[in-house]
Amino acid sequence: MFSLALKMLFGDTAKYLMLVAGLFFATFLIVQQASVFCGLMRWTTATLKNVAAPIYVVEEQVEQVNETNPMRDTDVARVRSVSAVRWAMPLYSGIQRVRLADGSFKTVQLVGIDAASLAGAPQRMVEGNLKDLRLPNTVVIDELAIERLSVDFKDPAKRIKIGDSFEINDIEARVVGICQAMRSFTGGPYIWTTYERALQYTPPQRKMLSAVIAAPGKGMTMDQAAAAIEKETGLRAYVNRDFGKNERDVTTGKTTRYGDFNTATVWWYVKNTGIPISFGTTVVIGFIVGVAIACQTFYAFVLDNLKHLGALKAMGMSNFRLSLMLIFQAFTVGIIGFGLGLLASAAFAMGALKNGQPPLYMPWQIPVAAFAVIQVICMLAALMGIIRLSLYEPAMVFRA
Amino acid sequence: MNPQWSSVPDPSPSPKLVIDASGIEKSFGDGSSRIHVLKNVNFQAYIGEIMMLVGPSGCGKTTLLSAIAGTMGVDGGDIIVFDNELGKMSGAALTRFRAKNIGFIFQQFNLIPTLTVAENVSVPLLIQGLAGGKALKRSREALEKVGLGQRWKERPNKLSGGEQQRVAIARALVHDPPLVICDEPTAALDAKNGEIVLDLFSQVARSPGRAVIIVTHDNRIFSYADRISHMDDGEIVEVTKQSRTTPPHFEHEHTIALTP
Ligand SMILES: Nc1ncnc2c1ncn2[C@@H]1O[C@H](COP(=O)(O)OP(=O)(O)O)[C@@H](O)[C@H]1O
Ligand SMILES: [Mg+2]
Repeated sequence: MFSLALKMLFGDTAKYLMLVAGLFFATFLIVQQASVFCGLMRWTTATLKNVAAPIYVVEEQVEQVNETNPMRDTDVARVRSVSAVRWAMPLYSGIQRVRLADGSFKTVQLVGIDAASLAGAPQRMVEGNLKDLRLPNTVVIDELAIERLSVDFKDPAKRIKIGDSFEINDIEARVVGICQAMRSFTGGPYIWTTYERALQYTPPQRKMLSAVIAAPGKGMTMDQAAAAIEKETGLRAYVNRDFGKNERDVTTGKTTRYGDFNTATVWWYVKNTGIPISFGTTVVIGFIVGVAIACQTFYAFVLDNLKHLGALKAMGMSNFRLSLMLIFQAFTVGIIGFGLGLLASAAFAMGALKNGQPPLYMPWQIPVAAFAVIQVICMLAALMGIIRLSLYEPAMVFRA
Repeated sequence: MNPQWSSVPDPSPSPKLVIDASGIEKSFGDGSSRIHVLKNVNFQAYIGEIMMLVGPSGCGKTTLLSAIAGTMGVDGGDIIVFDNELGKMSGAALTRFRAKNIGFIFQQFNLIPTLTVAENVSVPLLIQGLAGGKALKRSREALEKVGLGQRWKERPNKLSGGEQQRVAIARALVHDPPLVICDEPTAALDAKNGEIVLDLFSQVARSPGRAVIIVTHDNRIFSYADRISHMDDGEIVEVTKQSRTTPPHFEHEHTIALTP
């Protein structure tokens, strides 16, 4: 029965290819756009991935990590005084301009960390020694910086390397290390230096502290520590869910989930920018293209085969089995179209990963959701065919 | 000679009435466009016979055939086929009934072009739930009987019209149904092929356990019938018997039912 359905489907090569092509495009559009959207959203939280701290304490009004309302320097000590806190260190985070040897300017994401503890330092050094940051006028750059800050990246001899220097606001910055880091939302590379030096690199302002990064005390969960900080300092404390487990509170047995800075940041961009709408539009277009092509083609396929399907009906095939055949046919083209679309998306992703552009992040939910969407499209198409077929009286088969 | 061997049992003392339609009424459309197609039609067929339903185009033959095949409901009257009263059966029951009891031959053959000849023939077996491999084997046997055993792998469009109708014959008979119905089986064929096909069909389809109903207005094939129901303007006007082609197992005398 199912092989019969498949033969009828594959036998009509033109419609079969059309169906697969439509579903392929729908899958590709949906998966690719959703992945770029997720990638972009992930970039917004790059600082949280690159500056590894379980708790971020920020000024009360701050809603997301790329927003820096400066705090008072004394806030570090205030956070430190909270008993639920094991350590608290200052953090500078801001966008600065680097002047290269050839006089051109490049935008970078400057991070200043506590010199003594190096809390918030890069997690994976590729070259050089992190401790050299304690030497005068030194910075650690990420791999993207090699590409961005080299005078001529194409010539390996002229690429920026350890020992090379550039200027940030007329002050020398000597490279002592290269690390791996996630690309920032603005697209600029990350550059680490000490907190004090970051203040020197930055045009003077009254308040310079961007955030206090902190860790929960022994036996405390991130959530508990964050709650205690807020209560005692009046500052806003977010947890950085990627660093530290959301341990269960043994006394209450409950896990209270404290505001995750990653989630808050992504939501802020979702709510306050047009990004979700522009990507959402493309996803919706993908869906509509899929529905339009698949439903129309499948319906035409059913109409073409109506005489044969009607003959099957006359010969005693039940509506139920005929419906199953149509569903199976639609499901099959759905699987094939989805598979090819996913392959194409993967090929696109390979290119994107190689170039670091465009942002791309494909959590497993995307292909799963796309598969569901494609199958919904196919079932819609099948349903149209089923309805048409149920209206077909078996006696019509005698009327050629 | 041993009397045991010489004694031939009475072949068919009283042939069984397997199709009994009485007082059938059917109209199409509403209001002024309403047409009365079947007017108090009585129609009977016996097991073992080839019954032809003949008459001018538009007189209601196909409509009557559809009613008997259980593919179309009627407005009045009773249709009893193999002790089943069709009017009292649900749609699903009718579907099962058709699958089990009826072989169909259509004017346009209605073979599925993307399936091979053998796959086409296997359709009634697949509908009955037979596995694909077994169904194909039986289909090839059925194709042997219509002289197309060698061509089971081909697509229908590679075959001539006459050959396609022979495939349709194999399909109609493959599940050995007790009733075979054909609507204008020779209308899409030229005269010569029509006769070849009907000749073959009357040989392979005729069986003591089967009733065959052929709708036609092709008078060249009338000779293959045991009995002929003549229809005109929605009524059966006469039923004639053709003893010439009556096979030995079909020896009965009965009153010819005439519609009033
Ligand atoms: N589904 C239908 N709707 C309306 N009229 C129909 C329908 N089926 C058949 N008819 C009409 O009923 C009459 C008899 O048709 P039919 O049974 O096909 O005749 P025949 O097979 O003897 O040529 C014709 O006038 C035809 O137009
Ligand atoms: Mg007709």
